[in-house]
Amino acid sequence: MPFEIDYHALGPEIILAVTLMAVITVDLMVPRSLKYLTAITAVVGTTAAFVPLITLALHDNPVRSMFDGSYVADEFALVMKALFLTAAYVVILMSFDYIDSERFYQGEYYFLLVASTLGAVVMTSARDLIILFIGLELVSGPLFLLAGWRKGSVKSNEASLKFFLLGVLSAAILLYGMSFLYGLTGSVTFEGIREAAISGDQGPAFTMAILFVIVGFAFKISAVPFHFWAPDTYEGAPTPVTAYLSVSSKAAGFVGLLLVTYLAFPDAANVWGPALWILAALTMTIGNLTALRQTNIVRLLAYSSVAQAGFMLVPFAIAGVTDTPGQLESAFGATVTYIVIYAFMNLGAFSVVIAASRITRSGLIDSWSGLGARAPGLAFLGSIFFMSLAGIPPLAGWFAKFVVFSAAISTLNVWTTSLAAIAAVNAVIAFYYYARVVKAMWFDPAPTTAEREALPIVPRTLQYALAITVAYVVAAGFFPQLSSFFGEASRMIAAGN
Amino acid sequence: MDWFDSGWGLSLIVFLPLVGALLVGLAPKANENVVKQIALLTTVVVAVLSVVAAFQFDYASSADFQLGTDLSWIPSIGSNYHIGIDGISLPLLVLSAAVTVLAIVYSWNHWEEPKNPKAFLILILLLETGMNGTFVALDLVLFFIFFELVLLPMYFMIGIWGDKSPRMVKVGRFELETETRLYASIKFFLFTLFGSAFMLLSFLALSFEAGTFDIPALIDLGSGGAFTGTFGQLVFAGMFLGFAVKVPMWPLHTWLPDAHTAAPTVGSVLLAAILLKLGSYGFIRIALPILPEQARAWAPVIAVLAAIGIIYGSLACLAQTDMKRLIAFSSVGHMGFVMLGIASLTDVGINAAIIGMVAHGVITGMLFFLAGSMHHRYHTRDMARLGGNMKLMPKMGAILAFIAMASLGLPGLAGFWGEFWSLIGAYNPLNGLNVSLFRGTMVAGAIGTVLTAGYMLWMLQRVNLGEPSAEWEGHDLPDADRFELVAWAPLLVATVAIGVFPRIITDATNGAVVELVAKAFGS
Repeated sequence: MPFEIDYHALGPEIILAVTLMAVITVDLMVPRSLKYLTAITAVVGTTAAFVPLITLALHDNPVRSMFDGSYVADEFALVMKALFLTAAYVVILMSFDYIDSERFYQGEYYFLLVASTLGAVVMTSARDLIILFIGLELVSGPLFLLAGWRKGSVKSNEASLKFFLLGVLSAAILLYGMSFLYGLTGSVTFEGIREAAISGDQGPAFTMAILFVIVGFAFKISAVPFHFWAPDTYEGAPTPVTAYLSVSSKAAGFVGLLLVTYLAFPDAANVWGPALWILAALTMTIGNLTALRQTNIVRLLAYSSVAQAGFMLVPFAIAGVTDTPGQLESAFGATVTYIVIYAFMNLGAFSVVIAASRITRSGLIDSWSGLGARAPGLAFLGSIFFMSLAGIPPLAGWFAKFVVFSAAISTLNVWTTSLAAIAAVNAVIAFYYYARVVKAMWFDPAPTTAEREALPIVPRTLQYALAITVAYVVAAGFFPQLSSFFGEASRMIAAGN
Repeated sequence: MDWFDSGWGLSLIVFLPLVGALLVGLAPKANENVVKQIALLTTVVVAVLSVVAAFQFDYASSADFQLGTDLSWIPSIGSNYHIGIDGISLPLLVLSAAVTVLAIVYSWNHWEEPKNPKAFLILILLLETGMNGTFVALDLVLFFIFFELVLLPMYFMIGIWGDKSPRMVKVGRFELETETRLYASIKFFLFTLFGSAFMLLSFLALSFEAGTFDIPALIDLGSGGAFTGTFGQLVFAGMFLGFAVKVPMWPLHTWLPDAHTAAPTVGSVLLAAILLKLGSYGFIRIALPILPEQARAWAPVIAVLAAIGIIYGSLACLAQTDMKRLIAFSSVGHMGFVMLGIASLTDVGINAAIIGMVAHGVITGMLFFLAGSMHHRYHTRDMARLGGNMKLMPKMGAILAFIAMASLGLPGLAGFWGEFWSLIGAYNPLNGLNVSLFRGTMVAGAIGTVLTAGYMLWMLQRVNLGEPSAEWEGHDLPDADRFELVAWAPLLVATVAIGVFPRIITDATNGAVVELVAKAFGS
């Protein structure tokens, strides 16, 4: 049977694929001094990919299914695609001067970045295991290389190698779990697995397969105890790549987790609900407690992003104790909302780190001392992002915490309520280390050795990145509907449509 | 004035300071005067609007929420921009708007290191949005946002402009040397955040049970007995944590002496005058009417903690050598009276709590102004070195004597009513509460008033009376200047006015309180 291909629905993917080719072609054709054109090509490409996205979203029937339901562009896919494109766009802006200034290979850099984004965009539409896996590998593969982009740095090499080894390990575990699923149900589509699981008997092999799949994704989202690669990789990788890792790569892991749990085996929630309850509690608590001890700003953000992933896992846990569709939908929406808000504030925080490191020339938090006096604008932005990450109103982060608490409380069940209490205590712990950065910037005196020379100017493209992220973080703090809209739109696919 | 009554007035009172903060932020830093004028003008307009609100307010139906509006805000969670004031929130709103003006007037030529008026004024204005917003919010999410909004500005105020003296902090076996401001600012934030995180969980649980965040709707449900059992107890416990930390009630008070002592003068004033009231206001506005059954169960606990707070605060005051720290501890005692009044669950007691809150705001605000100004001149707050202040600075000494009398609850001045009525409330608590226990707390409170008189008079003796120590000879010790006098005069007038004529407050509050008690506790 010949497949009908809906080119409109595939628009973003096609444009990204064309952008890939264009970036590498431009790289081959232009002389070294004009290599920045590859970045511009990538920016134009990611921007252009928004166009079909918007036309799809405005279309009367945004749900389009292809390839026997293996590839679907629905509201959830559109929301997450928009997020991945925006994240890529911001990361390219962040990279522009960073990559240019340190004499990297530029063409390949943007080629790999866009390739990884393409993988994430494909994942959002995947409704079967094979496409999901291909998408996930396309996300990770380029990042193994990008993490080692600072070729001269030992730490960067370590980052790349560690990430690669654990990435391959997790892919193997994931694939092993998937092969079991296929073997037991005879189907690779989520729909098929779900139906087979309902009709057939669910032996221990099925439970094991689910756990393997969850562990595979747990590596990707760096959930404790599968997080060990993250801090080293984050520290060693070029900072824009770290930003991308902590936002897009993590969000891609969550997309996978959301899809398989809510769509492929929603009826096995009694298995994955408690498992993710434990993962959430561990991830929040260990991530936060370890973050307290960090002295390096990027490592701090690495552990903070581990802890934030724990918060994103909280809503999953309620599936173990309830099967009310409304509550499951809002739990699904809560995770999506959290990811959207987290993406903006974390990208903003990393943009500030990049800008600040041009001044401090050090990765230590102590070197941020007195930044408020030396560069008040930058310190102000930094405070906004860090306080937003801490979830302090009126910045966007409060709503992320709010929806997560709300989802956990919604069942009024002992287990999930106690998870909410754990999350609440963690929010307080987290404030302490975010406040340490703010304290360094504003309360501590500038080091006496700080040269009184003119401060380096924040590059124009980095300014754009900061402007985009801060605008969202402030606006969405006052009008949380800006974030919950995405959660609302995407929740429809949860709880079995 | 239709536009005013339909919510615009209150919205302006809440958000004009935010606009002012933006304008101050945009104004050139070099031109300090413009910055100050924008800030002052903003707060004056807000204060005038709050007075207009007091005139537009219909006192005959003070139990109703008035001058408000109800607009959609976050439809996805069913939270609305629902604002309005009743007789309970009106006095506090006016107090908040007025004290902010005085804070800016006082700041005019009193900038603590590292100066930077622009940043300081922005923080005051942000703080005002949070404070005013909390008093008008009628939606739990909105309330939570404003309640939390005050944290960041105060954190920065303490951390940047606070006390820079060294301080040893014990963490387990380790001793760390840090600065008072750094320790106090983070302690303040962590304590409050801990409480309010659980408060938020309670709010969420309530909304899932009731299906709404709307406070008036929840009050209707709650007084009908909608929230019961373990659920109700847990929800009340979470709210209790959030509000009790903020009040602060013993034993959650330990952040207060540090924060108050470390904060810059204006920070201490706003902290004492307004921020503490957010907690007790939360009890009256949210915890009591929505969860009356649990309030009955918790009332003895609250009363006992309040009584301990009164005695503990007074005894701690007697042990202080630092004048500012003494005033800080006196807040623990005074807020104990407020909480004792609330715990009695009677209209007398709750009226006492509100008038006590306003009086404490006026009086302790004034005391912190004085402590700041004296520190500014003597460069010490050590009462052993002060003395003879009456001779060195007669005006300031007289004001200190006067306001200390008000603070110890001298009849005829503002502090009297709150203490007196709250003791009456505790003598005769709501039917069904353990009378002998409450009478016990009343006795404790009465002893507390004696102790309060004791430490206040002792402070006066050490600071004001006697001969000046030789070390001040030849020092230039200017008496109160005109900015100080302008900032203080309204507080002194209010102290007398409320003392002589408490109806200024009770006329607004009584109707609302009687209705609240009748609805929640059916008596």
